[in-house]
Amino acid sequence: MSLQDKDRIFTNLYGYQPWTLSAARKRGDWDDTKALLARGKDAIIEEIKASGLRGRGGAGFPTGLKWSFMPKEPNPARPSFLVINADESEPGSCKDREIIRHDPHKLIEGALVAGFAMGARAAYIYIRGEYIREAETLFAAVQEAYDAGLIGKNACKSGYDFDVFVHRGAGAYICGEETAMIESLEGKKGQPRLKPPFPAGAGLYGCPTTVNNVESIAVAPTILRRGASWFSSFGRDNNKGTKLFQISGHVEKPCVVEEAMSIPFRELIEKHCGGIRGGWDNLLAVIPGGSSVPLVPGSMCPDMPMDFDGCKEAGSGLGTAAVIVMDKSTDIVRAISRLSHFYMHESCGQCTPCREGTGWMYRVMERLRTGDAEVEEIDMLWNVTKQVEGHTICALGDAAAWPIQGLIRHFRPEMERRIAENVREAAE
Amino acid sequence: MADRHLEPDSPELRARWGSFAWTKDNAAKAKEVVARYPAGRQRSAVMPLLDLAQRQVGAETNTQGWLPIPVMEFIAHELDMPVIRVVEVATFYTMYNLVPVGRFHVQVCGTTPCMLRGSDDIIAACKKRGMSKGHTTDDGLWTLTEVECMGNCASAPMVQINDDNYEDLTADRVDAVLDALAAGQTPKTGTQEPGRHTVEPLGGPTTLTAMVGENHDYRGDW
Repeated sequence: MSLQDKDRIFTNLYGYQPWTLSAARKRGDWDDTKALLARGKDAIIEEIKASGLRGRGGAGFPTGLKWSFMPKEPNPARPSFLVINADESEPGSCKDREIIRHDPHKLIEGALVAGFAMGARAAYIYIRGEYIREAETLFAAVQEAYDAGLIGKNACKSGYDFDVFVHRGAGAYICGEETAMIESLEGKKGQPRLKPPFPAGAGLYGCPTTVNNVESIAVAPTILRRGASWFSSFGRDNNKGTKLFQISGHVEKPCVVEEAMSIPFRELIEKHCGGIRGGWDNLLAVIPGGSSVPLVPGSMCPDMPMDFDGCKEAGSGLGTAAVIVMDKSTDIVRAISRLSHFYMHESCGQCTPCREGTGWMYRVMERLRTGDAEVEEIDMLWNVTKQVEGHTICALGDAAAWPIQGLIRHFRPEMERRIAENVREAAE
Repeated sequence: MADRHLEPDSPELRARWGSFAWTKDNAAKAKEVVARYPAGRQRSAVMPLLDLAQRQVGAETNTQGWLPIPVMEFIAHELDMPVIRVVEVATFYTMYNLVPVGRFHVQVCGTTPCMLRGSDDIIAACKKRGMSKGHTTDDGLWTLTEVECMGNCASAPMVQINDDNYEDLTADRVDAVLDALAAGQTPKTGTQEPGRHTVEPLGGPTTLTAMVGENHDYRGDW
């Protein structure tokens, strides 16, 4: 059975109604938050664990478990922090923007609930710099919450002091990596740190820190209100809940929509996107989870359950559920090469395999696009992706390698065809 | 990012920007920004202060603004940190303009989701008006940059011009937006698709239809 409107969390997703506190309250936000907090830290964490919520930022780590890593009794000299990752920059991803500009109070209430559960004294919401108007909304919403006594000293009259600050980025994809985000918050270049120590041990200012995605935090209050069993009634085992899907590219009607996890790809597209441009026979490939995951050939897509395991079985990943659809008019090599350009542009330059490798891979991809290459270079490119993958501090190297690997795995004949045609043209 | 470079330090630059200081409003804002971070961690404010400074330079020059070296020195002094640490941050993050830009910074997204929806046409439309990537037009009106994913993928292709986004573009639509800006008007921001509100499917939402007309409270159906 498909997801009904009453079970959707982000009811103002499209912004037909105001984002303001008074409107949000009428939709059910900030409804007796004091009672939610009164359940106690452990009960909140247990409820989130039981709900099966997995992080919505791409990696899918169980959210409740992550919160439980924080120190039980905070040391006043080393306060705990919650950092909320709103640095949404993964090509294809555009869900956190809708939450922030249309339903910011869900996020702020979630920050309080999550921060309380992990014993944090403050939350920093790190919003990407390009979300200028969205940040203006968020600043205003936070101010509303302060003015109403919902956050700050004695938040919601719970006796708990909790601050929420907004920090704007300035155009660096890498700051979406949790330790780079912490560096950036400290006023430095956003270059990832080695782990361990993990942020829960030593994060922001050397203090215990948890970094969570906007969506993971924003769904928490609703899960607590409706119960873990409600949330876990959607989706397959290990893939519970509802999820914001963002469908872009060659569908008739691109959109952002909240659906139950594990919805089959075909159903998602038919129901909300008006189908594939030119029909299902015209589907070439899909990138199901944002640019960092390998593409899936069109033939494998229709029955693919859109969840962590379903995408993994197809050799890809759910990532942020940013579904990029490509029809047969697509220059598939160029589409992936453009992603290689993205990673070259966004490499922070810290690790040599990534700094040098991303540029090298892009240049080879550009030659493969026009066929100005040798067939052996496809194998060489494959090998280089393997040398970048897993040899860098953060996952940007992997993210740069995987789309290319997906292309070679599924579209090698197309790449060889271009080389052959180019050779033939040169001979004529 | 290797193509980013600082505007060279020169006596003229010093003469123009050497005495940079906050306006009264911005001094108050800067104080508020620094207060967001724990005592002794004022360095965390370097990013918001650079943004504030760039905006002040923009207001003084009637452009999007940029960061001359003396302005970075001013920020370093404000936050009691070495100048090089400020320069590092300013050069690392692409939203800080290191050289002067035009009145309107036309940032066309060219990453794959926008590319699939026709960002080539948008860039071509900009070029047709005399813009070229990485340059400012002679009249000082436009600076064109091809940027990486801006997170508007469900309403692609898009352009961000100074603080506003224009989405669901075609060559004609971006022309209309640029014409309006050049004429000193304020074109509608967001999606340019007639009949579309934000990121719902074109033709009306397939979900949450009760929200269109009223601030519906779904709790009654729980």
